[in-house]
Amino acid sequence: MTAMYDVESVRAQFPILSRAHQSGQPLVYLDNAATSQKPERVIDAMTRYYREYNSNVHRGIHQLSEEATAAYEGARKAVARFINAGSWREVVFTRGTTEALNLVAYAWGRANLGPGDRVVSTVMEHHANIVPWQLLAAERGFDLVFAPLTPTGELDMDALTALVSGGRTRMLTVAHVSNVLGTVNPVAELAELAHKHGALICVDGAQAVSHQPVDVQAMGADFYAFSGHKMCGPTGIGVLYGRRAVLDATPPFMGGGDMIETVALTGSTFVSPPYKFEAGTPSIAEAVGLGEAAAFLEELGREPIQAHVELLTDYATERLSTLPGVSLVGSPRTRSGAVAFTVEGLHAHDVAHWLDMAGIAVRAGHHCAMPLHTSLNLTASSRASVALYTTVAEIDALIDRLALVQKELL
Amino acid sequence: MFSADDYRTIILEEARSPQHYGLLKPADLDHEEHNPLCGDQVHLTLRIDPDGIIREVGWEGAGCAISQASTSFFSDHLLGMSLDDARRITREDVLDLIGLPLMPNRQRCALLPLKALLLGLRDTHGWEQVEDSIE
Repeated sequence: MTAMYDVESVRAQFPILSRAHQSGQPLVYLDNAATSQKPERVIDAMTRYYREYNSNVHRGIHQLSEEATAAYEGARKAVARFINAGSWREVVFTRGTTEALNLVAYAWGRANLGPGDRVVSTVMEHHANIVPWQLLAAERGFDLVFAPLTPTGELDMDALTALVSGGRTRMLTVAHVSNVLGTVNPVAELAELAHKHGALICVDGAQAVSHQPVDVQAMGADFYAFSGHKMCGPTGIGVLYGRRAVLDATPPFMGGGDMIETVALTGSTFVSPPYKFEAGTPSIAEAVGLGEAAAFLEELGREPIQAHVELLTDYATERLSTLPGVSLVGSPRTRSGAVAFTVEGLHAHDVAHWLDMAGIAVRAGHHCAMPLHTSLNLTASSRASVALYTTVAEIDALIDRLALVQKELL
Repeated sequence: MFSADDYRTIILEEARSPQHYGLLKPADLDHEEHNPLCGDQVHLTLRIDPDGIIREVGWEGAGCAISQASTSFFSDHLLGMSLDDARRITREDVLDLIGLPLMPNRQRCALLPLKALLLGLRDTHGWEQVEDSIE
Protein backbone atom coordinates (compact mmCIF):
# COMPACT_ATOMS: atom_id res chain seq x y z
CA MET A 1 0.00 0.00 0.00
CA THR A 2 1.32 3.44 -0.77
CA ALA A 3 1.93 5.66 2.22
CA MET A 4 -0.39 8.27 0.75
CA TYR A 5 -3.37 5.96 0.62
CA ASP A 6 -4.91 5.14 3.98
CA VAL A 7 -7.58 2.55 3.28
CA GLU A 8 -8.94 2.66 6.82
CA SER A 9 -9.70 6.36 6.61
CA VAL A 10 -11.34 5.73 3.23
CA ARG A 11 -13.48 2.97 4.75
CA ALA A 12 -14.54 5.22 7.60
CA GLN A 13 -16.35 7.38 5.04
CA PHE A 14 -18.62 4.53 3.94
CA PRO A 15 -21.34 3.96 6.57
CA ILE A 16 -22.48 0.64 5.10
CA LEU A 17 -19.09 -0.98 5.58
CA SER A 18 -19.63 -1.12 9.34
CA ARG A 19 -23.11 -2.63 9.22
CA ALA A 20 -23.89 -5.99 10.76
CA HIS A 21 -24.31 -9.15 8.70
CA GLN A 22 -26.70 -11.94 9.65
CA SER A 23 -23.76 -14.32 9.97
CA GLY A 24 -22.37 -12.29 12.86
CA GLN A 25 -19.20 -11.80 10.79
CA PRO A 26 -18.11 -8.42 9.49
CA LEU A 27 -19.39 -7.61 6.01
CA VAL A 28 -16.80 -8.35 3.33
CA TYR A 29 -18.17 -6.68 0.23
CA LEU A 30 -16.53 -8.08 -2.89
CA ASP A 31 -19.32 -7.39 -5.39
CA ASN A 32 -18.08 -3.98 -6.45
CA ALA A 33 -18.24 -4.73 -10.16
CA ALA A 34 -22.03 -5.04 -9.71
CA THR A 35 -22.28 -1.84 -7.71
CA SER A 36 -20.04 0.12 -5.37
CA GLN A 37 -20.93 1.46 -1.95
CA LYS A 38 -21.52 5.18 -1.35
CA PRO A 39 -19.56 7.50 0.90
CA GLU A 40 -21.44 9.62 3.39
CA ARG A 41 -20.79 12.83 1.47
CA VAL A 42 -22.58 11.49 -1.61
CA ILE A 43 -25.58 10.44 0.46
CA ASP A 44 -25.52 13.82 2.21
CA ALA A 45 -25.32 15.77 -1.05
CA MET A 46 -28.45 14.03 -2.31
CA THR A 47 -30.28 14.51 0.97
CA ARG A 48 -29.33 18.18 0.97
CA TYR A 49 -30.84 18.61 -2.47
CA TYR A 50 -34.15 17.13 -1.32
CA ARG A 51 -34.17 18.97 2.00
CA GLU A 52 -32.99 22.37 0.88
CA TYR A 53 -33.47 23.13 -2.82
CA ASN A 54 -35.56 20.41 -4.47
CA SER A 55 -36.91 21.97 -7.64
CA ASN A 56 -36.99 21.38 -11.36
CA VAL A 57 -34.03 22.51 -13.44
CA HIS A 58 -33.74 24.87 -16.39
CA ARG A 59 -37.25 26.32 -16.19
CA GLY A 60 -38.25 27.89 -12.91
CA ILE A 61 -37.80 31.60 -12.47
CA HIS A 62 -37.35 31.26 -8.74
CA GLN A 63 -34.57 30.78 -6.25
CA LEU A 64 -34.97 27.05 -5.73
CA SER A 65 -34.87 26.30 -9.44
CA GLU A 66 -31.81 28.50 -9.83
CA GLU A 67 -30.08 26.59 -7.05
CA ALA A 68 -31.11 23.20 -8.43
CA THR A 69 -29.96 24.18 -11.94
CA ALA A 70 -26.62 25.40 -10.59
CA ALA A 71 -26.09 22.12 -8.72
CA TYR A 72 -27.16 20.00 -11.70
CA GLU A 73 -24.91 21.87 -14.12
CA GLY A 74 -22.13 21.97 -11.53
CA ALA A 75 -22.28 18.18 -11.44
CA ARG A 76 -21.96 18.08 -15.21
CA LYS A 77 -18.83 20.22 -15.04
CA ALA A 78 -17.40 18.01 -12.28
CA VAL A 79 -17.98 14.97 -14.49
CA ALA A 80 -16.41 16.73 -17.49
CA ARG A 81 -13.26 17.35 -15.42
CA PHE A 82 -13.38 13.78 -14.11
CA ILE A 83 -12.98 12.31 -17.61
CA ASN A 84 -11.19 15.34 -19.11
CA ALA A 85 -13.91 16.07 -21.64
CA GLY A 86 -13.17 19.01 -23.93
CA SER A 87 -16.35 20.75 -22.82
CA TRP A 88 -19.27 20.26 -20.44
CA ARG A 89 -21.42 20.12 -23.57
CA GLU A 90 -19.94 16.70 -24.29
CA VAL A 91 -21.38 15.23 -21.07
CA VAL A 92 -24.88 13.79 -21.52
CA PHE A 93 -26.61 12.53 -18.41
CA THR A 94 -28.39 9.21 -18.86
CA ARG A 95 -29.92 6.64 -16.53
CA GLY A 96 -26.74 4.56 -16.61
CA THR A 97 -24.28 2.83 -18.91
CA THR A 98 -27.02 0.72 -20.46
CA GLU A 99 -29.06 3.74 -21.46
CA ALA A 100 -25.93 5.52 -22.70
CA LEU A 101 -25.06 2.60 -24.99
CA ASN A 102 -28.66 2.40 -26.17
CA LEU A 103 -28.47 6.11 -26.96
CA VAL A 104 -25.43 5.51 -29.15
CA ALA A 105 -27.16 2.63 -30.94
CA TYR A 106 -30.56 4.24 -31.37
CA ALA A 107 -29.61 7.85 -32.00
CA TRP A 108 -26.25 7.63 -33.73
CA GLY A 109 -26.64 4.08 -35.11
CA ARG A 110 -30.12 4.44 -36.53
CA ALA A 111 -29.04 7.53 -38.47
CA ASN A 112 -25.75 6.15 -39.68
CA LEU A 113 -26.02 2.39 -40.18
CA GLY A 114 -27.60 0.38 -42.97
CA PRO A 115 -27.06 -2.64 -45.20
CA GLY A 116 -23.39 -3.13 -46.05
CA ASP A 117 -22.19 -1.33 -42.92
CA ARG A 118 -20.44 -3.13 -40.12
CA VAL A 119 -20.29 -2.73 -36.34
CA VAL A 120 -17.46 -4.55 -34.60
CA SER A 121 -17.74 -5.55 -30.97
CA THR A 122 -16.03 -8.24 -28.88
CA VAL A 123 -16.88 -11.52 -27.19
CA MET A 124 -16.05 -10.10 -23.75
CA GLU A 125 -18.79 -7.45 -23.77
CA HIS A 126 -21.49 -6.99 -21.16
CA HIS A 127 -24.97 -7.63 -22.56
CA ALA A 128 -25.54 -3.86 -22.53
CA ASN A 129 -22.99 -3.53 -25.32
CA ILE A 130 -24.36 -6.45 -27.33
CA VAL A 131 -28.14 -6.46 -27.20
CA PRO A 132 -28.84 -2.85 -28.32
CA TRP A 133 -26.67 -3.46 -31.38
CA GLN A 134 -28.44 -6.77 -32.09
CA LEU A 135 -31.82 -5.07 -31.88
CA LEU A 136 -30.69 -2.29 -34.17
CA ALA A 137 -28.99 -4.70 -36.61
CA ALA A 138 -32.29 -6.53 -37.00
CA GLU A 139 -33.95 -3.22 -37.83
CA ARG A 140 -31.29 -1.63 -40.02
CA GLY A 141 -29.73 -4.68 -41.66
CA PHE A 142 -26.08 -3.94 -40.94
CA ASP A 143 -23.45 -6.53 -40.14
CA LEU A 144 -22.64 -7.06 -36.43
CA VAL A 145 -19.47 -9.03 -35.71
CA PHE A 146 -17.60 -9.92 -32.53
CA ALA A 147 -13.83 -10.11 -32.17
CA PRO A 148 -12.64 -13.28 -30.44
CA LEU A 149 -10.38 -13.48 -27.40
CA THR A 150 -7.02 -15.12 -26.85
CA PRO A 151 -6.81 -18.06 -24.42
CA THR A 152 -5.65 -15.64 -21.71
CA GLY A 153 -8.82 -13.58 -22.01
CA GLU A 154 -7.44 -10.64 -23.94
CA LEU A 155 -8.63 -9.26 -27.24
CA ASP A 156 -7.22 -11.11 -30.22
CA MET A 157 -5.78 -7.99 -31.81
CA ASP A 158 -4.97 -9.63 -35.14
CA ALA A 159 -8.51 -10.92 -35.54
CA LEU A 160 -9.97 -7.63 -34.36
CA THR A 161 -7.80 -5.65 -36.78
CA ALA A 162 -8.94 -7.88 -39.62
CA LEU A 163 -12.59 -7.35 -38.68
CA VAL A 164 -12.24 -3.58 -38.39
CA SER A 165 -10.25 -3.18 -41.60
CA GLY A 166 -12.43 -5.49 -43.70
CA GLY A 167 -15.76 -4.23 -44.95
CA ARG A 168 -17.36 -0.91 -44.16
CA THR A 169 -16.80 -0.75 -40.43
CA ARG A 170 -18.56 2.30 -39.04
CA MET A 171 -18.29 1.61 -35.31
CA LEU A 172 -16.01 -0.29 -32.97
CA THR A 173 -17.73 -0.71 -29.60
CA VAL A 174 -15.71 -2.23 -26.80
CA ALA A 175 -15.38 -2.48 -23.03
CA HIS A 176 -12.59 -0.49 -21.42
CA VAL A 177 -12.36 -3.14 -18.67
CA SER A 178 -14.11 -6.54 -18.79
CA ASN A 179 -16.59 -7.05 -15.96
CA VAL A 180 -15.71 -10.75 -15.74
CA LEU A 181 -12.08 -11.16 -16.77
CA GLY A 182 -10.93 -7.81 -15.42
CA THR A 183 -8.97 -7.42 -18.65
CA VAL A 184 -7.96 -3.82 -19.33
CA ASN A 185 -8.25 -3.24 -23.06
CA PRO A 186 -5.84 -0.97 -24.95
CA VAL A 187 -8.53 1.57 -25.77
CA ALA A 188 -6.21 4.27 -27.14
CA GLU A 189 -4.72 1.77 -29.56
CA LEU A 190 -8.22 0.59 -30.49
CA ALA A 191 -9.35 4.18 -31.09
CA GLU A 192 -6.42 4.70 -33.42
CA LEU A 193 -7.29 1.50 -35.26
CA ALA A 194 -10.93 2.48 -35.64
CA HIS A 195 -10.13 5.98 -36.83
CA LYS A 196 -7.53 4.70 -39.30
CA HIS A 197 -10.30 2.71 -40.97
CA GLY A 198 -12.82 5.50 -40.92
CA ALA A 199 -14.84 4.12 -37.98
CA LEU A 200 -15.83 5.64 -34.67
CA ILE A 201 -15.11 4.07 -31.31
CA CYS A 202 -17.57 3.70 -28.46
CA VAL A 203 -16.08 2.64 -25.12
CA ASP A 204 -18.06 1.00 -22.31
CA GLY A 205 -16.27 2.46 -19.30
CA ALA A 206 -18.55 1.07 -16.59
CA GLN A 207 -15.80 -0.99 -14.95
CA ALA A 208 -13.01 1.51 -15.55
CA VAL A 209 -13.91 4.98 -14.30
CA SER A 210 -13.84 4.14 -10.61
CA HIS A 211 -10.52 2.33 -10.78
CA GLN A 212 -8.23 4.42 -12.97
CA PRO A 213 -7.75 7.89 -14.41
CA VAL A 214 -9.80 8.30 -17.59
CA ASP A 215 -8.94 10.92 -20.20
CA VAL A 216 -11.39 10.64 -23.07
CA GLN A 217 -9.43 13.09 -25.22
CA ALA A 218 -6.08 11.35 -24.80
CA MET A 219 -7.84 8.03 -25.43
CA GLY A 220 -9.44 9.32 -28.63
CA ALA A 221 -12.93 8.10 -27.68
CA ASP A 222 -15.86 9.26 -29.78
CA PHE A 223 -18.29 7.92 -27.17
CA TYR A 224 -17.54 6.87 -23.59
CA ALA A 225 -20.30 5.45 -21.38
CA PHE A 226 -20.37 4.84 -17.64
CA SER A 227 -22.63 4.57 -14.61
CA GLY A 228 -22.75 6.57 -11.41
CA HIS A 229 -23.44 3.64 -9.12
CA LYS A 230 -20.24 1.78 -9.90
CA MET A 231 -18.12 4.83 -8.99
CA CYS A 232 -19.46 5.51 -5.49
CA GLY A 233 -22.38 7.52 -6.84
CA PRO A 234 -26.10 6.74 -6.88
CA THR A 235 -28.11 4.46 -9.15
CA GLY A 236 -30.31 6.02 -11.82
CA ILE A 237 -27.62 8.27 -13.26
CA GLY A 238 -24.94 7.65 -15.85
CA VAL A 239 -23.02 9.48 -18.49
CA LEU A 240 -22.54 9.36 -22.19
CA TYR A 241 -19.53 11.37 -23.22
CA GLY A 242 -19.67 12.21 -26.91
CA ARG A 243 -17.18 14.18 -28.93
CA ARG A 244 -18.83 17.51 -29.76
CA ALA A 245 -18.74 17.11 -33.53
CA VAL A 246 -20.26 13.63 -33.26
CA LEU A 247 -22.98 14.76 -30.85
CA ASP A 248 -23.82 17.71 -33.09
CA ALA A 249 -24.33 15.36 -36.02
CA THR A 250 -26.38 12.86 -34.03
CA PRO A 251 -30.17 13.20 -34.00
CA PRO A 252 -32.07 13.21 -30.69
CA PHE A 253 -32.65 9.99 -28.75
CA MET A 254 -35.91 10.57 -26.88
CA GLY A 255 -38.27 13.43 -27.49
CA GLY A 256 -39.90 15.60 -24.87
CA GLY A 257 -39.38 18.63 -22.72
CA ASP A 258 -35.96 20.24 -22.20
CA MET A 259 -34.56 18.98 -25.52
CA ILE A 260 -36.55 21.23 -27.83
CA GLU A 261 -35.91 24.69 -29.19
CA THR A 262 -39.34 25.22 -30.72
CA VAL A 263 -42.29 22.92 -31.04
CA ALA A 264 -45.01 23.39 -33.62
CA LEU A 265 -47.61 20.86 -34.59
CA THR A 266 -45.89 20.62 -37.96
CA GLY A 267 -42.53 19.76 -36.43
CA SER A 268 -39.92 20.70 -33.84
CA THR A 269 -36.37 21.96 -33.66
CA PHE A 270 -33.87 20.91 -31.05
CA VAL A 271 -31.36 22.53 -28.76
CA SER A 272 -27.62 21.84 -28.77
CA PRO A 273 -25.91 18.98 -26.95
CA PRO A 274 -26.07 17.87 -24.22
CA TYR A 275 -29.68 19.00 -23.79
CA LYS A 276 -30.71 17.56 -27.14
CA PHE A 277 -30.27 14.13 -25.53
CA GLU A 278 -31.86 14.85 -22.16
CA ALA A 279 -35.62 14.77 -22.68
CA GLY A 280 -37.80 15.22 -19.64
CA THR A 281 -36.98 16.09 -16.05
CA PRO A 282 -33.60 14.51 -15.39
CA SER A 283 -32.44 12.62 -12.29
CA ILE A 284 -31.43 15.76 -10.45
CA ALA A 285 -30.57 14.40 -7.01
CA GLU A 286 -28.69 11.56 -8.68
CA ALA A 287 -26.71 13.96 -10.87
CA VAL A 288 -25.80 15.95 -7.77
CA GLY A 289 -24.71 12.71 -6.08
CA LEU A 290 -22.65 11.73 -9.12
CA GLY A 291 -20.90 15.10 -9.16
CA GLU A 292 -20.07 14.63 -5.49
CA ALA A 293 -18.76 11.10 -6.17
CA ALA A 294 -16.52 12.43 -8.93
CA ALA A 295 -15.15 15.09 -6.57
CA PHE A 296 -14.63 12.44 -3.87
CA LEU A 297 -12.59 10.23 -6.21
CA GLU A 298 -10.60 13.21 -7.49
CA GLU A 299 -9.75 14.28 -3.95
CA LEU A 300 -8.58 10.78 -3.02
CA GLY A 301 -6.51 10.82 -6.20
CA ARG A 302 -7.15 8.70 -9.24
CA GLU A 303 -3.58 7.34 -9.37
CA PRO A 304 -3.51 6.26 -5.70
CA ILE A 305 -6.92 4.62 -6.18
CA GLN A 306 -5.63 2.82 -9.26
CA ALA A 307 -2.53 1.64 -7.40
CA HIS A 308 -4.68 0.35 -4.54
CA VAL A 309 -7.22 -1.41 -6.76
CA GLU A 310 -4.54 -3.05 -8.89
CA LEU A 311 -2.60 -4.17 -5.84
CA LEU A 312 -5.72 -5.76 -4.34
CA THR A 313 -6.67 -7.31 -7.70
CA ASP A 314 -3.22 -8.81 -8.05
CA TYR A 315 -3.29 -10.06 -4.48
CA ALA A 316 -6.70 -11.70 -4.96
CA THR A 317 -5.54 -13.23 -8.25
CA GLU A 318 -2.40 -14.62 -6.70
CA ARG A 319 -4.07 -16.06 -3.61
CA LEU A 320 -6.97 -17.59 -5.55
CA SER A 321 -4.57 -19.19 -8.01
CA THR A 322 -2.78 -21.01 -5.19
CA LEU A 323 -5.98 -22.68 -3.90
CA PRO A 324 -6.23 -26.27 -5.11
CA GLY A 325 -9.42 -26.90 -7.08
CA VAL A 326 -9.88 -23.23 -7.90
CA SER A 327 -9.47 -22.11 -11.51
CA LEU A 328 -9.30 -18.48 -12.55
CA VAL A 329 -11.30 -17.32 -15.54
CA GLY A 330 -8.71 -15.79 -17.85
CA SER A 331 -5.19 -14.66 -17.10
CA PRO A 332 -4.82 -11.24 -18.74
CA ARG A 333 -1.56 -9.34 -18.33
CA THR A 334 -3.39 -6.31 -16.96
CA ARG A 335 -6.33 -7.08 -14.73
CA SER A 336 -8.33 -4.48 -12.87
CA GLY A 337 -11.02 -4.97 -10.27
CA ALA A 338 -12.67 -8.26 -11.12
CA VAL A 339 -11.42 -11.81 -10.64
CA ALA A 340 -13.77 -14.58 -11.73
CA PHE A 341 -13.15 -18.17 -10.75
CA THR A 342 -14.66 -21.63 -10.63
CA VAL A 343 -14.36 -24.20 -7.85
CA GLU A 344 -14.08 -27.83 -8.90
CA GLY A 345 -17.10 -29.83 -7.75
CA LEU A 346 -19.13 -26.80 -6.66
CA HIS A 347 -21.46 -24.67 -8.74
CA ALA A 348 -20.83 -20.92 -8.63
CA HIS A 349 -24.17 -20.33 -6.97
CA ASP A 350 -23.36 -22.73 -4.17
CA VAL A 351 -19.97 -21.09 -3.70
CA ALA A 352 -21.56 -17.64 -3.41
CA HIS A 353 -24.16 -18.99 -1.00
CA TRP A 354 -21.47 -20.41 1.30
CA LEU A 355 -19.40 -17.28 1.17
CA ASP A 356 -22.46 -15.23 2.07
CA MET A 357 -23.05 -17.42 5.09
CA ALA A 358 -19.77 -15.99 6.40
CA GLY A 359 -20.58 -12.39 5.44
CA ILE A 360 -18.66 -12.39 2.14
CA ALA A 361 -20.56 -10.95 -0.83
CA VAL A 362 -19.51 -12.10 -4.30
CA ARG A 363 -21.42 -12.46 -7.54
CA ALA A 364 -22.29 -15.81 -9.09
CA GLY A 365 -23.67 -16.45 -12.54
CA HIS A 366 -22.78 -15.26 -15.99
CA HIS A 367 -22.41 -11.62 -14.90
CA CYS A 368 -24.43 -10.37 -17.87
CA ALA A 369 -21.78 -11.78 -20.19
CA MET A 370 -23.31 -14.99 -21.52
CA PRO A 371 -21.41 -15.01 -24.84
CA LEU A 372 -18.14 -14.79 -22.92
CA HIS A 373 -19.10 -17.69 -20.66
CA THR A 374 -20.27 -19.72 -23.65
CA SER A 375 -16.96 -19.10 -25.40
CA LEU A 376 -15.17 -20.38 -22.29
CA ASN A 377 -17.49 -23.41 -22.00
CA LEU A 378 -18.76 -22.19 -18.64
CA THR A 379 -22.38 -21.84 -17.53
CA ALA A 380 -21.43 -19.73 -14.55
CA SER A 381 -18.55 -18.45 -12.49
CA SER A 382 -18.06 -16.77 -9.14
CA ARG A 383 -16.61 -13.28 -9.19
CA ALA A 384 -14.83 -11.33 -6.50
CA SER A 385 -14.41 -7.66 -7.34
CA VAL A 386 -12.51 -5.10 -5.31
CA ALA A 387 -12.86 -1.37 -4.82
CA LEU A 388 -10.97 1.54 -3.39
CA TYR A 389 -12.03 0.49 0.14
CA THR A 390 -11.16 -3.21 -0.11
CA THR A 391 -8.48 -4.48 2.26
CA VAL A 392 -5.91 -7.27 2.14
CA ALA A 393 -7.63 -8.75 5.22
CA GLU A 394 -10.87 -9.03 3.23
CA ILE A 395 -9.14 -10.98 0.48
CA ASP A 396 -7.63 -13.22 3.16
CA ALA A 397 -11.13 -13.78 4.59
CA LEU A 398 -12.34 -14.82 1.13
CA ILE A 399 -9.49 -17.28 0.68
CA ASP A 400 -9.85 -18.77 4.17
CA ARG A 401 -13.56 -19.22 3.71
CA LEU A 402 -13.16 -20.77 0.26
CA ALA A 403 -10.68 -23.26 1.66
CA LEU A 404 -13.11 -24.08 4.48
CA VAL A 405 -16.04 -24.47 2.09
CA GLN A 406 -14.03 -26.92 0.01
CA LYS A 407 -13.09 -28.86 3.14
CA GLU A 408 -16.63 -28.98 4.50
CA LEU A 409 -18.57 -29.61 1.31
CA LEU A 410 -16.33 -31.71 -0.88
CA MET B 1 -29.30 -20.79 8.47
CA PHE B 2 -28.25 -24.41 8.43
CA SER B 3 -25.08 -26.33 8.97
CA ALA B 4 -22.56 -27.52 6.44
CA ASP B 5 -23.44 -31.05 7.51
CA ASP B 6 -27.11 -30.54 6.63
CA TYR B 7 -26.19 -28.99 3.33
CA ARG B 8 -23.79 -31.78 2.47
CA THR B 9 -26.11 -34.63 3.42
CA ILE B 10 -29.36 -33.16 2.14
CA ILE B 11 -28.37 -31.07 -0.87
CA LEU B 12 -25.04 -32.20 -2.18
CA GLU B 13 -25.60 -35.93 -1.81
CA GLU B 14 -29.00 -35.70 -3.48
CA ALA B 15 -27.55 -33.61 -6.31
CA ARG B 16 -24.70 -36.06 -6.79
CA SER B 17 -26.88 -39.17 -6.87
CA PRO B 18 -30.17 -37.87 -8.21
CA GLN B 19 -33.38 -39.90 -8.40
CA HIS B 20 -35.13 -40.54 -11.72
CA TYR B 21 -32.26 -39.09 -13.71
CA GLY B 22 -32.46 -39.58 -17.48
CA LEU B 23 -34.99 -38.34 -19.99
CA LEU B 24 -38.04 -40.35 -21.06
CA LYS B 25 -38.55 -40.71 -24.80
CA PRO B 26 -41.26 -40.48 -25.86
CA ALA B 27 -42.90 -38.50 -23.09
CA ASP B 28 -46.30 -36.90 -22.56
CA LEU B 29 -44.66 -33.84 -21.08
CA ASP B 30 -41.25 -32.66 -22.20
CA HIS B 31 -40.19 -29.24 -20.99
CA GLU B 32 -36.91 -27.48 -20.36
CA GLU B 33 -36.55 -24.45 -18.09
CA HIS B 34 -33.63 -22.11 -17.44
CA ASN B 35 -32.93 -19.72 -14.64
CA PRO B 36 -31.52 -16.72 -16.49
CA LEU B 37 -29.94 -15.44 -13.27
CA CYS B 38 -27.43 -18.26 -12.95
CA GLY B 39 -27.90 -20.52 -15.94
CA ASP B 40 -29.45 -23.39 -13.98
CA GLN B 41 -31.26 -25.76 -16.29
CA VAL B 42 -33.87 -28.44 -15.72
CA HIS B 43 -35.33 -30.69 -18.41
CA LEU B 44 -38.38 -32.56 -17.12
CA THR B 45 -40.19 -35.42 -18.88
CA LEU B 46 -43.32 -37.25 -17.70
CA ARG B 47 -45.42 -40.17 -18.83
CA ILE B 48 -49.01 -39.62 -17.84
CA ASP B 49 -51.75 -42.31 -17.79
CA PRO B 50 -55.00 -41.69 -19.66
CA ASP B 51 -56.60 -41.39 -16.20
CA GLY B 52 -54.26 -38.54 -15.40
CA ILE B 53 -51.76 -40.27 -13.10
CA ILE B 54 -48.05 -39.51 -13.48
CA ARG B 55 -46.62 -42.97 -14.05
CA GLU B 56 -43.02 -42.19 -14.94
CA VAL B 57 -40.72 -39.26 -14.31
CA GLY B 58 -37.35 -38.59 -15.87
CA TRP B 59 -35.20 -35.51 -15.86
CA GLU B 60 -31.79 -34.12 -16.63
CA GLY B 61 -30.25 -30.84 -15.64
CA ALA B 62 -27.20 -28.77 -14.92
CA GLY B 63 -26.53 -26.06 -12.42
CA CYS B 64 -26.23 -25.40 -8.74
CA ALA B 65 -26.70 -28.12 -6.17
CA ILE B 66 -29.96 -26.66 -4.88
CA SER B 67 -31.67 -26.65 -8.27
CA GLN B 68 -30.51 -30.19 -9.00
CA ALA B 69 -31.29 -31.60 -5.55
CA SER B 70 -34.68 -29.93 -5.56
CA THR B 71 -35.50 -31.43 -8.95
CA SER B 72 -34.47 -34.84 -7.70
CA PHE B 73 -36.77 -34.60 -4.66
CA PHE B 74 -39.50 -33.11 -6.81
CA SER B 75 -39.30 -35.90 -9.39
CA ASP B 76 -39.87 -38.52 -6.73
CA HIS B 77 -42.69 -36.47 -5.26
CA LEU B 78 -44.46 -36.39 -8.64
CA LEU B 79 -44.34 -40.13 -9.19
CA GLY B 80 -47.82 -41.64 -8.89
CA MET B 81 -49.45 -38.26 -8.36
CA SER B 82 -52.62 -37.26 -10.22
CA LEU B 83 -52.51 -34.17 -12.41
CA ASP B 84 -55.25 -32.70 -10.23
CA ASP B 85 -52.93 -32.95 -7.24
CA ALA B 86 -49.96 -31.74 -9.26
CA ARG B 87 -51.96 -28.67 -10.15
CA ARG B 88 -52.20 -27.83 -6.46
CA ILE B 89 -48.47 -28.08 -5.69
CA THR B 90 -47.35 -24.80 -4.16
CA ARG B 91 -43.95 -23.18 -3.87
CA GLU B 92 -44.02 -24.00 -0.18
CA ASP B 93 -44.55 -27.68 -0.96
CA VAL B 94 -41.43 -27.70 -3.11
CA LEU B 95 -39.36 -25.80 -0.56
CA ASP B 96 -40.58 -28.25 2.12
CA LEU B 97 -39.17 -31.13 0.10
CA ILE B 98 -35.72 -29.65 0.71
CA GLY B 99 -36.56 -28.65 4.24
CA LEU B 100 -33.73 -26.15 4.65
CA PRO B 101 -34.43 -22.42 4.94
CA LEU B 102 -33.42 -20.67 1.71
CA MET B 103 -33.01 -17.02 0.84
CA PRO B 104 -35.32 -15.73 -1.95
CA ASN B 105 -32.63 -15.93 -4.63
CA ARG B 106 -31.86 -19.53 -3.70
CA GLN B 107 -35.58 -20.31 -3.62
CA ARG B 108 -35.66 -19.48 -7.32
CA CYS B 109 -33.12 -22.24 -7.87
CA ALA B 110 -35.20 -24.70 -5.85
CA LEU B 111 -38.40 -23.75 -7.66
CA LEU B 112 -37.04 -24.36 -11.15
CA PRO B 113 -38.55 -27.89 -11.41
CA LEU B 114 -41.98 -26.55 -10.40
CA LYS B 115 -41.63 -23.95 -13.12
CA ALA B 116 -40.73 -26.68 -15.61
CA LEU B 117 -43.79 -28.70 -14.59
CA LEU B 118 -46.26 -25.84 -14.66
CA LEU B 119 -45.02 -24.32 -17.90
CA GLY B 120 -44.80 -27.78 -19.44
CA LEU B 121 -48.40 -28.48 -18.48
CA ARG B 122 -49.40 -25.10 -19.80
CA ASP B 123 -48.06 -26.18 -23.19
CA THR B 124 -49.46 -29.71 -23.15
CA HIS B 125 -52.65 -29.31 -21.14
CA GLY B 126 -53.48 -25.65 -21.61
CA TRP B 127 -52.94 -24.72 -17.97
CA GLU B 128 -53.08 -21.01 -17.41
CA GLN B 129 -51.93 -18.40 -14.96
CA VAL B 130 -48.96 -20.34 -13.76
CA GLU B 131 -46.52 -17.43 -13.64
CA ASP B 132 -47.86 -16.07 -10.38
CA SER B 133 -47.33 -19.31 -8.54
CA ILE B 134 -43.65 -19.53 -9.40
CA GLU B 135 -42.35 -15.99 -9.48
